Amino acid sequence: MSFLDSQWQGRLELLLAAGRAAGADLVEIFLERFDRLSVLAEQERVTSVNPSLGCGAGIRVFHGAADGYRDGFVSTTNLSDEGLMQALDQALGMLNLQRGISNGHSFAGLNPLSNYGSSKQNWLTQCPGVQTSADRLLEGTAKLEQHGKHLQARRGSYSRDWQEMLVAASDGTFSRDLRLHQTLGLSVLAADGEHRSSVARRFGSSDNPRDLIDWDADAAARDISASSATMLYADYIEAGSYPVVLANRFGGVIFHEACGHLLETTQVERGTTPFADKMGELIAHESVTAIDEGLSPQSFGSLAVDDEGFEPQRTTLIENGILKAFLSDRAGELRTGHARTGSGRRQGHSYAAASRMRNTFIAAGPHSPADLISSIDRGLYCKVMGGGSVGPTGQFNFSVEEGYLIENGALGKPVKGATLIGDAETVMPRISMCGNDLDLAAGFCGSVSGSIYVTVGQPHIKVDSITVGGR
Amino acid sequence: MLNPQQLHDQLSTLAKQEGINQWDLGAASGTDLSVQVDRGEPKQLKGAQRSAVTVRAWTSDGRVGITSSTDLSIEGLAQALKGAKEASVFGDLEEPPGLSCRSLEPLIPLERPRLALQPIQNLLKTLLDAERQLLDLHPAINTVPYNGLSERNGESVYINSLGSQRHHLSSSSACYLYARAEQDGRKPRSAGAVRLAYGSKQLDVQACIKEAAELTISHLDYSAIDTGYYNCVFSPEAFLDLIGAFSNIFNARSVLDGLSLSNRDSLGSTLAVPFLNLWDDPLHKSNLGASAFDGEGTPTAPLTLIEAGNLAHFLHSEGTARQFGVAPTGHAGMGSKVSVGPDWFVVAPTPGIAAGDAQLNRHKADGVVWIDSLSALHAGVKASQGSFSLPFDGWLIKNGERISIEAATVAGDIRKVLKTILALEGEPLVTPGGMCPYVWVEGLSITGET
Repeated sequence: MSFLDSQWQGRLELLLAAGRAAGADLVEIFLERFDRLSVLAEQERVTSVNPSLGCGAGIRVFHGAADGYRDGFVSTTNLSDEGLMQALDQALGMLNLQRGISNGHSFAGLNPLSNYGSSKQNWLTQCPGVQTSADRLLEGTAKLEQHGKHLQARRGSYSRDWQEMLVAASDGTFSRDLRLHQTLGLSVLAADGEHRSSVARRFGSSDNPRDLIDWDADAAARDISASSATMLYADYIEAGSYPVVLANRFGGVIFHEACGHLLETTQVERGTTPFADKMGELIAHESVTAIDEGLSPQSFGSLAVDDEGFEPQRTTLIENGILKAFLSDRAGELRTGHARTGSGRRQGHSYAAASRMRNTFIAAGPHSPADLISSIDRGLYCKVMGGGSVGPTGQFNFSVEEGYLIENGALGKPVKGATLIGDAETVMPRISMCGNDLDLAAGFCGSVSGSIYVTVGQPHIKVDSITVGGR
Repeated sequence: MLNPQQLHDQLSTLAKQEGINQWDLGAASGTDLSVQVDRGEPKQLKGAQRSAVTVRAWTSDGRVGITSSTDLSIEGLAQALKGAKEASVFGDLEEPPGLSCRSLEPLIPLERPRLALQPIQNLLKTLLDAERQLLDLHPAINTVPYNGLSERNGESVYINSLGSQRHHLSSSSACYLYARAEQDGRKPRSAGAVRLAYGSKQLDVQACIKEAAELTISHLDYSAIDTGYYNCVFSPEAFLDLIGAFSNIFNARSVLDGLSLSNRDSLGSTLAVPFLNLWDDPLHKSNLGASAFDGEGTPTAPLTLIEAGNLAHFLHSEGTARQFGVAPTGHAGMGSKVSVGPDWFVVAPTPGIAAGDAQLNRHKADGVVWIDSLSALHAGVKASQGSFSLPFDGWLIKNGERISIEAATVAGDIRKVLKTILALEGEPLVTPGGMCPYVWVEGLSITGET
């Protein structure tokens, strides 16, 4: 049953009123329905087709301004009146509140529905079906065979995630949206004797039913094949400290991991960010301006409304090296005082929303990529980045998928096995040059509220010195 | 509570109506409670009621389709079966999975307690006490930013059109405490500990507090390490994490897909030093997550993977076993393409052979790196290439004394690691993910932060 069905408003208002009457300061209910499809092609065959359907609710209760707004959260896949009331009772009970014992809090009813999904009703049917998806993936693996050498395995994968969400809260918030995320991956494993290379690329978009249909399989396959051939015979990099140029697009994962997570109010609440009391201070090189926004059309991290019913904003996090803002959700605003930025996000109904990044990037600078490389006598060029993570003390690490030595201001031989390690406070002041070629790339971010769709990005940037793990 | 007989009857009826002769179903449901605290206050209290069902349906020519849903009602089952039938049109005819020939075999009985969930306020009180105790143990420990105490009751069901009806009930509890310590003019340090049990009352929270404190304090006086090659001694957890990241070596699915470091002819080949044995022991009494059957209803049982240094067996699903001409081993998931994976590794010395250099002792070593825990395995492991470059927490041992390493990575190749093991020190120790002794490895590349 669609959340547009008129009975939902009445059902939700009953729950919210009951929660308020029991003494809750705020009650929020998040509902979702999802329809997902994943398809896998290997070599010349489609080897897996997985449809998945589901629904669920997450009920969150806040209580106790004097105690920093404690909260209880309960999720359920039972959307009956009984199931939802049971979840509410459990969430209230976590805060020693009980329905039926009135504490006199009133509920004024929900605002008129803000329906962000009204123009998106046909998106699901406009997406490619299984046959079209399979055909396009097989085209991709065939192109890999055409362009690649020494390929031992070729894979193409597609996943479509359609979600209807409805969020209602006792402050009147009442919003609905339809969301569509699609991802497409191509990967190869090349082998020649003892030499091996594995290369993967992922593409992703939001709100674009034609994404897979319009995908340029040939260009993607050429790029991956070239990268695979280059890395197949690459030597391991010698460990040490190097000046590094990070390429644009997914190179932005360094900022995401090293700094972006530390600018979420979730980290301020925990006391795990060194930047908590540095608003208005210089925390990065003056050449660095960093943005997080949820507005770019069809970007993977964009959203019409966040998972708490708040419209996303363009948030300047760092301007010319100076800390300007944190990313904040409802709990972050209540507990840290940083105003909400439309960054309350969650993987699904079984997670409470938290302050999370959306499309995060370092702004373009004045230099050409060639300027950055030519400024280095001996260093490392990270053309393609892999994944990474940040630890509880702000230490980050991430792997380099495709790297080249820089020798005498020019690109040298390819190298593999590099891992960049450091911490944000040390590295951010070392970003000394920003290129003029800002570009974004889709990715997934896993954190307290689950795995979410994000975009990372940057122009080419130069880090004066960073520790590179190798052999 | 899931009812396998009822589910079987319902799906049999629905399948008949859809003209489906071969089908199977996996379902799971559970209830979770968890708490987190922050400096003496509740941080978050969470509860969840979960349910999920996966249905597979075969066409008459052997193609399989699958659909998953959160809806366990009869309407949900009907929708899932219909979806699976529609998806079966796209099933793979070259390597279709089938029903496991072992799905009707009797199961090895699992005698595990099924405990009732505690009231969440009890969990909260336990965790608040634990946090306070940990904060009181050392003045430099100022927060415990990552902490949690959880309980879960779950059940899973597997049924199929051959008549298999499997049902598993489980309960589990976990406690983790990761403390953060700071000293003037120095970088913050963090370390922690985890404990698992069948219920929160059985958790050894005091041991968790003690270990978290000792580890955190041990990392306060840290130094940078010079980049170079060092003999390393891996903690049981760290070595099991490394083996787990390269489990494609033993995975028949990966072998068939060309993504393994092994190939079909690798059985019997030398993988490791002769004094190393490794087996998967899903039913080990210390494996709290044990299940008596896998995603295809095949009984689980111990399986030797490395025997005296040689590759002994692969992990199999029904489909891979059929291709190799062997029996399924009970390591399958459930899917239209069935995944294969290990459950619970045990590393131990080969009986009758000295476990390497008996003189090696991490408490008396000099110039050796003690790797306590590895991180970012998802990013730093190239499983199909065999290489790794991973950040770690650990110590440089100098004249038997541990000096915490500021920040460093360890890099190498798993094939070389297994063949350059110097010794297995001490008896295998139980960890959440398996059993293993301390493992000495010769000459790994360590990069220190400069």
